[in-house]
Amino acid sequence: MEKELKLMKGNEAIAEAAIRAGADGYFGYPITPQSEILEYLMEANPQATTGMVVLQAESEVAAINMVYGGAACGKKVMTSSSSPGISLKQEGITYIAGAELPCLIVNVVRGGPGLGTIQPAQSDYFQATKGGGHGDYHLLVLAPSSVQEMADFVELGFDLAFKYRNPVMILSDGAIGQMMEKVWLNPQKKRSEEILPWATTGKPASRPRNIITSLDLDSERQEKFNLKLIAKYREMEEKEVRYEEFMTEDAEYLFVGYGTSARLCQKALQLARAEGIKAGLLRPITLFPFPKKRLNELADRVKGMLAVEMSAGQMVEDVMLSVNGKTRVRHYGRMGGMIPTPEEVVENLKSFIKG
Amino acid sequence: MAEITFNDIIKPENLAYTKSKLMTDNVMHYCPGCGHGTAHQALAEVLEEENLQSRTVGITPVGCSVLMYNYIDVDFQEAAHGRAPALATAVKRLMPDRFVFTYQGDGDLAAIGTAETIHTCNRGENILIVFINNGIYGMTGGQMAPTTLPGMKSATSPYGRDVSLMGSPIKMADIVAMLPGTCYVTRQSVNTAGGVRKFKKALKKAVQYQNEKRGTCFIEVVSNCPSGWKMTPVESNKWMEENMFPFYPLGDLKVPAE
Repeated sequence: MEKELKLMKGNEAIAEAAIRAGADGYFGYPITPQSEILEYLMEANPQATTGMVVLQAESEVAAINMVYGGAACGKKVMTSSSSPGISLKQEGITYIAGAELPCLIVNVVRGGPGLGTIQPAQSDYFQATKGGGHGDYHLLVLAPSSVQEMADFVELGFDLAFKYRNPVMILSDGAIGQMMEKVWLNPQKKRSEEILPWATTGKPASRPRNIITSLDLDSERQEKFNLKLIAKYREMEEKEVRYEEFMTEDAEYLFVGYGTSARLCQKALQLARAEGIKAGLLRPITLFPFPKKRLNELADRVKGMLAVEMSAGQMVEDVMLSVNGKTRVRHYGRMGGMIPTPEEVVENLKSFIKG
Repeated sequence: MAEITFNDIIKPENLAYTKSKLMTDNVMHYCPGCGHGTAHQALAEVLEEENLQSRTVGITPVGCSVLMYNYIDVDFQEAAHGRAPALATAVKRLMPDRFVFTYQGDGDLAAIGTAETIHTCNRGENILIVFINNGIYGMTGGQMAPTTLPGMKSATSPYGRDVSLMGSPIKMADIVAMLPGTCYVTRQSVNTAGGVRKFKKALKKAVQYQNEKRGTCFIEVVSNCPSGWKMTPVESNKWMEENMFPFYPLGDLKVPAE
């Protein structure tokens, strides 16, 4: 079968891509601006075709714990929510990370704190990239900037989750979730029937019982486990960094932005170039692992970096850590559901250049 | 007649009661006289007798039985506090031919996990919930539970549970029995040999109903906590019979139509 071209919302693309990726289960709870994911899956009713389970849980807490149970069976399972709901899921996420289970979590971010707004924001960066729940752990975080990437990152996310036995988050926002674009969809994959050796699927005589837990009351063993997790995150930093560059070859000033911010930076880049400013853009695709090395290299060649985010300044801290004082770094952002215009980004770049 | 020695008694052919093959050799962490060990043994016996080892997935709670996976030789998932029914829901939906059970205490099931308990039962998930109700938080050192009796003393109700301030004990079996999703709700005990036999019978019914996909089975075991209640095992069983049983009467609350 060939790829199929459709016009879809970002949220719908996630749902359709999940079915086509051969997902075994989706567990969710409605929250704006991502309810279309659950609605789309309920209407598509993949249980009848691929056998994929779709369930509306009684809460985000229950939904993520259903994901925990399903992941512990070695199944390809996922959930989605938006910021306040993702906060509720943090308990389950830290257990999943602690039990070293694969799963996919989608956050279609809205402005906060608290109930905040239903408009797009990028204010959950810290929560997504630094752990989110308690304990030392990281998610592998993918940041789509188009409806196409919403679809593509579902399959990529599942692949990475199983490769590292680690939860993967797609960190999107309300703009990309709600907007419609054309999207190439992969052909339908069959759901895997493989029984994974570590999964709790019922103990046959051929192996000892499998126990999925994040508990170890022996401090020395627990520390060894922590070190094992850190080694896994270091391996991700070696192998899984993804980013995209625009006009960085001769750039004197670099925008750094992901997701929706990267899209408006592309326009800002053109406007700046038209005014004779040699601007470039680095778009991190993985937020953890962050493209630290590449930014550090670019820091040797540029006069400054402007981190553009729809937040009070979160990713900018990782940019600063990456360049380690080698070049000037400033943040520009809007909050509360406001999206900066390319023009105001250019104005800010000009004031940054002035010093 | 020759004198019977200890070595004669422990000869395999002389043992009337043996450990289930599904009980591991790990030393249990439970306090002397606690009902958990007995309940575990009964459950292991039923899993063995029903030949369920190869298709069982158990979900353990947070509380005294958090380490249950060390004692029964089946696949286990260790849930966050109160969330076991959510895990069980996914396991059963993704693998409908497996035998899925949760094993939860009163803090886990009736306080922090109330929503998961009620909604799992309301959806009629084809799982078994085993609910050990001893009216106290044992693991954390004897604090008041949602099922602590009125006037009962605990570390966080040192003057006795004052229902005007702390609410009344919650009867979870009665609540879930009202939900159309449950097919079998019963309250049992394991403090006597007869009680254990009845508990095992209830477990076997739950296995049958799960095989027949009839809905959620909920077996409450009214149990004791000698350490938390600050009593000897014998005193705790007597106290349980005199105080817990009148409030949480044993017997079936709901049975499916045959």
